Amino acid sequence: MKKPLSTIGGRLGRIGVLLIPAFWMSLFFVLPFFILVKISISEVRVGVPPYTEIFEWVGGLAFHIKGSLANYSFLISDTLYLDAYLNSIKIAALSTLICLLIGYPMALGISRTVGRTRNFLLVLVILPFWTSFLIRVYAWIGLLKNEGLINAVLQWAGIIDQPLELLHTPFAVYLGITYSYLPFMVLPLYATLERMDHALLEAAADLGARPARAFLSITLPQSFPGIVAGSMLVFIPAIGEFVIPDLLGGPSTLMIGKVLWNEFFLNRDWPLASAVAVVMLVLLIAPLVWWQRHQQIMEEKQG
Amino acid sequence: MEDGGDKKPFIRIENVTKTFSGDVVVNDLSLTIYQNELFSLLGASGCGKTTLLRMIAGFEKPNAGRILIDGIDMTDIPPYERPVNMVFQSYALFPHMTVEQNVAFGLRQEKIAKSEIHDRVAAMLKLVELEGFTTRKPHQISGGQRQRVALARALVKLPKVLLLDEPLAALDKKLRQRTQFELVNLQELTGITFIMVTHDQEEAMTMSNRIGVMKAGALQQVGTPTQIYEYPSSRYIADFIGAANMFDGVLRREDSGAAHVECSELGEKIMITRHDMAESDAPVSVMVRPEKMRISLTEPDDAAMNRVQGIVKDIAYLGDMSIYHVQLNSGRVIQASQLNFQHTAERKITWEDQVVLYWHPDNAVVLAQ
Repeated sequence: MKKPLSTIGGRLGRIGVLLIPAFWMSLFFVLPFFILVKISISEVRVGVPPYTEIFEWVGGLAFHIKGSLANYSFLISDTLYLDAYLNSIKIAALSTLICLLIGYPMALGISRTVGRTRNFLLVLVILPFWTSFLIRVYAWIGLLKNEGLINAVLQWAGIIDQPLELLHTPFAVYLGITYSYLPFMVLPLYATLERMDHALLEAAADLGARPARAFLSITLPQSFPGIVAGSMLVFIPAIGEFVIPDLLGGPSTLMIGKVLWNEFFLNRDWPLASAVAVVMLVLLIAPLVWWQRHQQIMEEKQG
Repeated sequence: MEDGGDKKPFIRIENVTKTFSGDVVVNDLSLTIYQNELFSLLGASGCGKTTLLRMIAGFEKPNAGRILIDGIDMTDIPPYERPVNMVFQSYALFPHMTVEQNVAFGLRQEKIAKSEIHDRVAAMLKLVELEGFTTRKPHQISGGQRQRVALARALVKLPKVLLLDEPLAALDKKLRQRTQFELVNLQELTGITFIMVTHDQEEAMTMSNRIGVMKAGALQQVGTPTQIYEYPSSRYIADFIGAANMFDGVLRREDSGAAHVECSELGEKIMITRHDMAESDAPVSVMVRPEKMRISLTEPDDAAMNRVQGIVKDIAYLGDMSIYHVQLNSGRVIQASQLNFQHTAERKITWEDQVVLYWHPDNAVVLAQ
């Protein structure tokens, strides 16, 4: 059977559409990633660039590759890095959980409103994005520091005599991350909850399920894609977060983003910093790949 | 056949009113439904029938009045504590659960042993012929099967009343007709009282023991399908259920006790036998169903027949029957339907023929205007 021209045109169009993001990803993700990998297996030296060349030409087209995994083994041998990785995962995971616990009721509440109230509430969720992220984090310093607003109010009210140690604590980091990333949790959750067929809850009630039971059996499983999407959107940027732990955190909240920054700019050890970055990327991609597979399986199930 | 005969009143709807932001959707409505009945609420969309059903289920609360089921006032009882189950128009099956889990959901909410739940679910799935589909998800089965899952999910709870909101609306015509009979059989088998909402008069007629016709939040007429079809209480009902030819006139009672309607449009008296629904000399309408009219090329011999002359303008051939559109001298077109006993080629009456339509006085229904 001959294929009509329009189908061939359509196929070319589809390939064209896919080429643009493929080109974009190659240029700005795959290529830099390989440069990073290349630097990570080189050695540090004084000069420009501050690392050794791994390709050594021996005449003609032949060359030797002089690379080593020493930087990676150093990452394992020095507990600083492992601690920073684990700490990042812990802080990101806990922040994600806090965002979920706060964001779920918010999203559920918004999805139950209609019309103008709903639009107003959604604007409130997005509103903080209209100011710079950096400014908002700095604002928390103003609120949390010893002579800041929170301590001032508490002392004025006579609740405390001495200012509370709020800034440069794990509390401040969790607060900062939760505050900054909450909208990324609320919006996908809202999108799935809003799509849910309200008749399902009526059916559950009709069959004898009390509201709490209906939530657990119907609403929660139905919103699972939103929970995963929201958690990804919070967890992934939080794990590599640099600004919040740097500005609000202290020595006990060392995260891998901060370590990376130190290796690059304080120690000028680009190869080691690159190795840190490569490991971090793998750590971040793992959950994404898992989610992708999960989605695929779900779609196959849907037929 | 009086309303419900000697059956036991089971559901009492007493002066129920429901408004949505000022709009009266159900207006001071009272209705009694009896045990083991298949009762249909019939009406055009927006007449309040679904709202009434949702109030019985407990999803909407009446602004005034009360609803009693088996003698217990349900007004303040939430849906999850009512002995009532519903088949939703969209079926509202839980998409993340299998057929079996959907049907078992209601029983899991009660304190029932696992083994008993399993047995009851299996028996119910067998009853609706879905034994082979227990592990399928709702999106993996057909529309008709989904409808049966919704039915099984509601019936397995053995409710006192089963509510059905347009249960067949999403099915194609063939399947709908088959399912109509299946539903009636299930109702007779289980003995559960069914209340069904529908806009399809044919569906209501074939399935129901009684029908309540609703309009603008109020019941227009409640009765058996025969009562509603043969003796509609108003012009609205006569028009809404089936086709009707209407003649306006004035009711005259004779000294002999007989009565007729003077109809200026026909220029003749219409003889009638039932005339208890209107006063003497009152303006009335006479309703004659198309299938009650005989069509002929010659005058009938029986002098007792009402008759009117006209010209055949159109013939709608439906296979089993034909509908003749006959233009009267006044210019108005009325309908007469005839079963096609013979092949079309042998049909004697055709376009532009001068014909006589005649009908027995028993078949003329007098309606107050």
